[in-house]
Amino acid sequence: MGKRHNWSFPYFIFMILFVVLPLLLVAVYAFQDSNGRFTFANIIRFFSDSDSLSTFALSIEVAIENTVLCILLGYPAAWILANKKYNRSSVTIILFILPMWINALMRTLATAELFNMLGFQLGKGTLIYGMVYDYLPFMIYPIYTILQKMDKSYAEAAQDLGANPVQVFWKVTFPLSMPGVTSGILMVFMPTVSTFAISEFLTNNKIKLFGTIIQENINSSMWNYGAALAFVMLLIIGATTLLRGNDGEEAGSSLI
Amino acid sequence: METHIIEIQHVSKSYSGKKVLDDINFYVRTGEFVTLLGPSGCGKTTMLRQIAGFVNPDEGCILLEGKDISSIPPYERPLNTVFQRYALFPHLDVYDNIAFGLKLKKLPEEEIDRKVRKVLKLVSMSDYEDRDVESLSGGQQQRVAIARALVNRPKVLLLDEPLAALDLKMRKDMQIELKEMHEKLGITFIYVTHDQEEALTLSDTIIVMNEGRIQQIGTPADIYNEPVNSFVADFIGESNILNGTMVCDRRVEFIGHEFNCVDEGFGDNVPVDVVIRPEDIYIMNRTEGAQFTGVVRSCTFKGVHYEMFVNTESGFELQIQDYNAFEVGSTVGMLIKPADIQVMRKERTCNTFDAVVTDASHVEFLGASFECDATGFEPGSRVKAEVDFDKIELMDHREEGAIGGEVHFILYKGDHYHLTVLTEGRGHVYVDTQDIWDKGDLVGINISPSHIKISGTDGQEA
Repeated sequence: MGKRHNWSFPYFIFMILFVVLPLLLVAVYAFQDSNGRFTFANIIRFFSDSDSLSTFALSIEVAIENTVLCILLGYPAAWILANKKYNRSSVTIILFILPMWINALMRTLATAELFNMLGFQLGKGTLIYGMVYDYLPFMIYPIYTILQKMDKSYAEAAQDLGANPVQVFWKVTFPLSMPGVTSGILMVFMPTVSTFAISEFLTNNKIKLFGTIIQENINSSMWNYGAALAFVMLLIIGATTLLRGNDGEEAGSSLI
Repeated sequence: METHIIEIQHVSKSYSGKKVLDDINFYVRTGEFVTLLGPSGCGKTTMLRQIAGFVNPDEGCILLEGKDISSIPPYERPLNTVFQRYALFPHLDVYDNIAFGLKLKKLPEEEIDRKVRKVLKLVSMSDYEDRDVESLSGGQQQRVAIARALVNRPKVLLLDEPLAALDLKMRKDMQIELKEMHEKLGITFIYVTHDQEEALTLSDTIIVMNEGRIQQIGTPADIYNEPVNSFVADFIGESNILNGTMVCDRRVEFIGHEFNCVDEGFGDNVPVDVVIRPEDIYIMNRTEGAQFTGVVRSCTFKGVHYEMFVNTESGFELQIQDYNAFEVGSTVGMLIKPADIQVMRKERTCNTFDAVVTDASHVEFLGASFECDATGFEPGSRVKAEVDFDKIELMDHREEGAIGGEVHFILYKGDHYHLTVLTEGRGHVYVDTQDIWDKGDLVGINISPSHIKISGTDGQEA
């Protein structure tokens, strides 16, 4: 036992260096002014700056829209994929997951080029399109996993008790697949809030999201304010992860 | 007049070319407790699922109160099922699981409440209505599953091995409770199990199935006392199954002795199977007055009785149960009463294959070519190839045989084993052997040329 404990040492060092320390640095910078003195000014500045707040609101709005669209498109897709009647091969699943294997930046650039070529006006429409395109697999996969693993006898028991196929879905299949949906929401919603590349490429920087302003601040050496913004975002991520509870664990871990 | 609530007529079902149900016919009387009994893979669960509506028969029809329900979806059938692993909805508590069917019927709230409470009382789970189903023990989940089905007052309750997941003690208790519920409610029960003891305890009628066919239908006593074939005799209870010859009416020969029996109408000198239950052989310390004698080889205490294996002087091994223990190595005398000898017609006395002659020295059957003397038959002609049970050689490795197979069923016949081997092409080969094989063993099958007897199919001789 004692020896085995030592094996975790390298991972422990890794976590300290690349996860805990950077997070601490973010927190430290967030509460310092440019001279290194402790201050709440950065946080206060965010909450009193209407530009920042409206960007933040817009980010949340886009993230919600993206998540809702991903559920609406992803759930039926996952359901069809998990249903042996419609899908007999694993090839279809790979086709759905395939985009995840290609760098998101490349896909986004390619999408932007496609819109330019077709003469579409880049704006919120194209932004949402890009978001859904990028994040849809993250919604499909956890839902698919949970639907596929679901014991068929639940649906049969419901039918046996008098539920027609529509009732079976709404009263049994859907509630039982909620952990997958929760997992999907977390994997789509949070990254959407902090994304900046998609908005940059697919709107030509016309629409700024929260991730964009963090990136801009950091890039223009405003480390403290950038860190404060990142800190606020981290808190929100932390809060939504708590909302998820234990339900999503199964579906989430199956993806990893 | 008795009414048949369920009638199964000529139902067949195949999965990817394999017949899992072959021309099934039976009926269930209103209020009856019927058990479908058989080993795993015999088609009993498929049959139940067809009645429930989850599987559609390829052929035949399923009548409920005289009306064909084959095309009615499961949610419109007035039947309910207790599933093997309960299938309780994990997102609902005990109350909502039970109320599920009633809520779908849009019954008024008070009525649902009243019915749920009543059924919870019936299954002795009154205090558990708010409990999360996953926090219940197996036995409690079982009760909820039964309550969830019964609350809808189904015309027939279908139970798919409902007690299989419970431990022995709990299973025995639940058997008694199920029997009581059946008597109290008057609902027809169709029960599926592989446990013969459970079937004997619970049922009014037992339907014994094997390999997709019904072997025997009867009351528990009929099935136990008068099994129609060696499969049923072996599957239900302990038994000595022996090769015998019906000498004439009321006279049968086996283990080298002639016995009086009560069976008639088999004809003279006809090979038969003889079944003797271990408790029906009388065993005593003296040899005078005995029909035959033997030496006790083992004696084991089984609680109520002792179980002994005795080697008869004619070289057969018999299983005997008696309240008294007999010393290992001692010589004993034995007696069998005429009424305790169950004689069964043999289903076959040798292997018979449909074969095609390929040339003067080869025939083809079971998907392989075998060397044999086929002179006088035109190549391409269809013939019958017969091989005696004991002339089939089984090899340890599939590669050593002309064809491969799997040992499917083993019957001990007192001095040899009678095996049913399922070939790769799903043909049956019956083998008599002294060697010990296990069910599921993969074997190679060889037949030496001199042991294949060829004859024309429609009486034409060579």
